[in-house]
Amino acid sequence: MKYLSKLHQALAEGHFAVTAEIGPPKHASAQGVIRHAQMLQSCVDAANITDCQTAIVRLSSIAAGAHILGCGVEPIVQMTCRDRNRIAIQADLLGAYSLGMRNLLCLSGDHQKFGNHPSAKNVYDLDSVQLISLMRRMRDESKFFCGEEIKEHEPRFFIGAVANPFADPFEYRVDRLEKKIEAGAQFIQTQCVFDMERFERFMEMVRARGLDQRAHILAGVTPLKSWRAARYLQTGVSGMIVPDTLVERLKNAADPKEGIKVCIEQIRHIKEKVRGVHGVHIMAIAWEEAVPEIAERAGLLPRPGLQRRAESID
Amino acid sequence: MIKAQQKDIREIAGMVEGCHKVLLAGCGGCVTVCLAGGEKETEIAARALRLIRKRSGKPLETVTYVATRQCEPEFLAPLDELVKDVDAVISLACGVGVQCLAERYQDKWVVPALDTKFAGGSKETGVWEERCGLCGDCILHKTGGICPVVRCSKSILNGPCGGSQHGKCELGQDIDCAWQLIYDRMKALGRLSELTAVQPPKDWSKARDGGPRRLIREDLIADEISE
Ligand code: SF4
Ligand code: SF4
Repeated sequence: MKYLSKLHQALAEGHFAVTAEIGPPKHASAQGVIRHAQMLQSCVDAANITDCQTAIVRLSSIAAGAHILGCGVEPIVQMTCRDRNRIAIQADLLGAYSLGMRNLLCLSGDHQKFGNHPSAKNVYDLDSVQLISLMRRMRDESKFFCGEEIKEHEPRFFIGAVANPFADPFEYRVDRLEKKIEAGAQFIQTQCVFDMERFERFMEMVRARGLDQRAHILAGVTPLKSWRAARYLQTGVSGMIVPDTLVERLKNAADPKEGIKVCIEQIRHIKEKVRGVHGVHIMAIAWEEAVPEIAERAGLLPRPGLQRRAESID
Repeated sequence: MIKAQQKDIREIAGMVEGCHKVLLAGCGGCVTVCLAGGEKETEIAARALRLIRKRSGKPLETVTYVATRQCEPEFLAPLDELVKDVDAVISLACGVGVQCLAERYQDKWVVPALDTKFAGGSKETGVWEERCGLCGDCILHKTGGICPVVRCSKSILNGPCGGSQHGKCELGQDIDCAWQLIYDRMKALGRLSELTAVQPPKDWSKARDGGPRRLIREDLIADEISE
């Protein structure tokens, strides 16, 4: 069996996958990205490269992906619908594939109002669900969005999408996830889980519909650096739920690394208790160094067969 | 209907700085309804301009006229005489009206007094909200009569995005999430299952297909000829 990517293989073989996130810099040097990738190299199956997250101009996700590939880390290139129309999206997909990218994650993207160019014109020619289905079309039907044939070398991505169990309307989040899977999403990364109870209810509905059998779901987790960071996510970011008990726990903790402890507990809980979850996506916002420690202490290391798998990719 | 808002009067004064006499042309259509360019607003604007100029020692003469609709040539004939001895025309119509005047009076300086905002409706007294982006290919029958093109901040057709919470858009508490509204309405109507289909990308050629969009009704043209 041929796999679309190493991540695809890890998931298909039933390993509990680990992914993390690398945010490109606001300048033209890849050094930080490379250092970051070297740090993650032995503890993740693949790393997301964010695409101008929060609408702030940064080194492009595809270029950063090419840099980390050189460090032996498989990139998951994030692509938002905010900045490109269907022509630019397809051109970038071809370009990314030609550079060796094999995983792509489709997102709507944060609104430009939150970024450093709030007066920019947003594009949203496609939405994330449409982006997924059009990518599948390129791969499985060898066609451009317009229907024209891609005569050779069609891009063959392992297609990912996101889901947010903490946004509203709650029940409809499962319908929308199903829509994404229907459109062609093969792996799903969720918004950071802090409210475990709600996440479990979400997964219950997901399992009831058999969606966990149709796509690999990776739960998003985030180590919180401080109780203030927790409070900020709780009150300042739409579509996040951070329970008060968690804020309090961090506030009262003597250990400055309490956030890491919490994160490890969450990972263990998800891995052992929440059926249907096939991995974790560790989003260590402004705390990248924490990832190896979390992966180690949560019992996620060593990553199985990083080397062996490299040989069976087409 | 079109909703518009008057520009700052000093900005308008700046557009006609060197002029001695101007015509302020109001419109009896949409901008009368949204209280931006009707009879009353035209008179007030004329008075304000005269005052500004008087204060600066360069008095301005004004004439006013409110056309039934500035966007249709048949209502513009009465302006022809008035336009002759003014240095500029200030239109208090939407952008369509301004352009109709500019087209008709080739040798006149025609300037806009309003900012044309959107196609919308009245929410309560003094509050108007956008309702249609004039996309040329209406999908309201698929979205419970709520337009995601203009009411969703990202124009998402398969919403809501991950930022929707407590019925509000990720952009802030004063914006309802259009997709929460769509979901609620489809649910109430027992039509939720219709939202499960993946909506294909929109055909934007219907909105922007090169140059101004044109509407041609062959039947009306034929009628005219046979009459
Ligand atoms: S779908 Fe298009 S035509 Fe219909 S209300 Fe929205 S913008 Fe207007
Ligand atoms: S929160 Fe709702 S209205 Fe705002 S961008 Fe997302 S789907 Fe659109």
